Amino acid sequence: MVVEPRLLLVELLREELNLTGTHIGCDTSYCGACTVLLNGASVKSCTVFAVQAHEGEVLTVEGLARNGELHPIQKAFSENHGLQCGFCTPGLLMSTAYLLSKNRHPSESEIRKAVAGNTCRCTGYQNILKAIRAAADLMGADNKVKPNAD
Amino acid sequence: MYPSAFRYHRAGSLREAVSLLSELGEDARALAGGQSLIPLMKLRLARPAALVDLNFISGISHIRRNESGIFVGTLARHAEIAASEIAGTIPILHDCAAGIADAQVRNRGTIGGSLAETDPSGDWAPVLLTLSTEVRCMGPKGERTIPLADFIVDAYTTVMERAELVQEIIVKIPPKNSGGAYLAFKRCPSVYASASAAVQLTMLDRDSCQDARVQLGCVGLTPVRATEAEAELRGKVLSPRAIQSAADAAMAAADPQPDMRGSVEYKCVLVGALLKRAIEIAIRRSRGERVEVGHEYTGRN
Repeated sequence: MVVEPRLLLVELLREELNLTGTHIGCDTSYCGACTVLLNGASVKSCTVFAVQAHEGEVLTVEGLARNGELHPIQKAFSENHGLQCGFCTPGLLMSTAYLLSKNRHPSESEIRKAVAGNTCRCTGYQNILKAIRAAADLMGADNKVKPNAD
Repeated sequence: MYPSAFRYHRAGSLREAVSLLSELGEDARALAGGQSLIPLMKLRLARPAALVDLNFISGISHIRRNESGIFVGTLARHAEIAASEIAGTIPILHDCAAGIADAQVRNRGTIGGSLAETDPSGDWAPVLLTLSTEVRCMGPKGERTIPLADFIVDAYTTVMERAELVQEIIVKIPPKNSGGAYLAFKRCPSVYASASAAVQLTMLDRDSCQDARVQLGCVGLTPVRATEAEAELRGKVLSPRAIQSAADAAMAAADPQPDMRGSVEYKCVLVGALLKRAIEIAIRRSRGERVEVGHEYTGRN
């Protein structure tokens, strides 16, 4: 597909590809709601041009569930009330996916540092941290984050 | 938010990027990690007519070491430097890389981009200025290697000419009996620090300091070298009193602007307190102790 150079990755996802799971929160590279994985690394998709994802692999929140089954990270957030209004959740899920792809058994401090770039305006951080700990436990040994078949 | 329209060029090599920037003229900009440039473009504070993307160039993200120095490619991301065992052999490099902004920004932002931008609140410059650091640049007239202290001219200003790019950062390995530390305090993770202090000590023995380098960040238009603070440490036994004298001298050397990050008084007190702790940690590291420090903010632990 051909895009205008100034199109941001988040706008490509939301407006052109109708993948509206990735949210625009602050639009100023602060809040992390738009976090996706670009070639396996978490990035703020409001601060990357779509053309920069050329020939790359982008994993959004839509790519976590498989065959209608929630990803363990999503289950952990659901079971631990890791969301209130849910607006920041897609970004937090992707930051957690990135963390657990790099670090199977993160410490409390490592978890906090890993999601420091994700702002929850409901301030539901305690349950978010609890959900991430639960996700790490749920995924156990096999916690490589894989995209679904779509 | 959409930036102004621009022409996009994907460079295949640094040489090609230099040629493109030369041809495209004054309104063209190089795009490295984009974590400062893209927000500026979205707010239309920057409206380059053309961007030359460096992100698809291979061979400029290396982190290598030989017996004399560490060589970091311009496109090395902060996260790559934070994860690098080679960079970790100089702990102050890890202090800096691991705490810049947040995980997502560290995955994109680059050391070359940070130095080329020379934001007064940037983290890399004060850290690298406590070490012997040179910047290798490539421009239309060829390559040149510039000591970092000469590379930085003013806020957002380097000696680089139009179409000249940072190619590599060369850091001399400090002597064995030395230790350094970088402490930055920020209001929250994703922002620039309110103040920061970087120190590198070369020790004569357990308690006596042979040489010291002190740089303060965010308290001037460029990093502030606190030479009076260095003099309080150099050739001295590093007693609590000597460390306090150095911190007092640093507070006097700081020349911050009041802004939403704090008043002049606040930033001076903050930079003194950071330096005091940085010196204590540098001493412990010079003795071989492993200490984890870096960026601090409320809620980290």
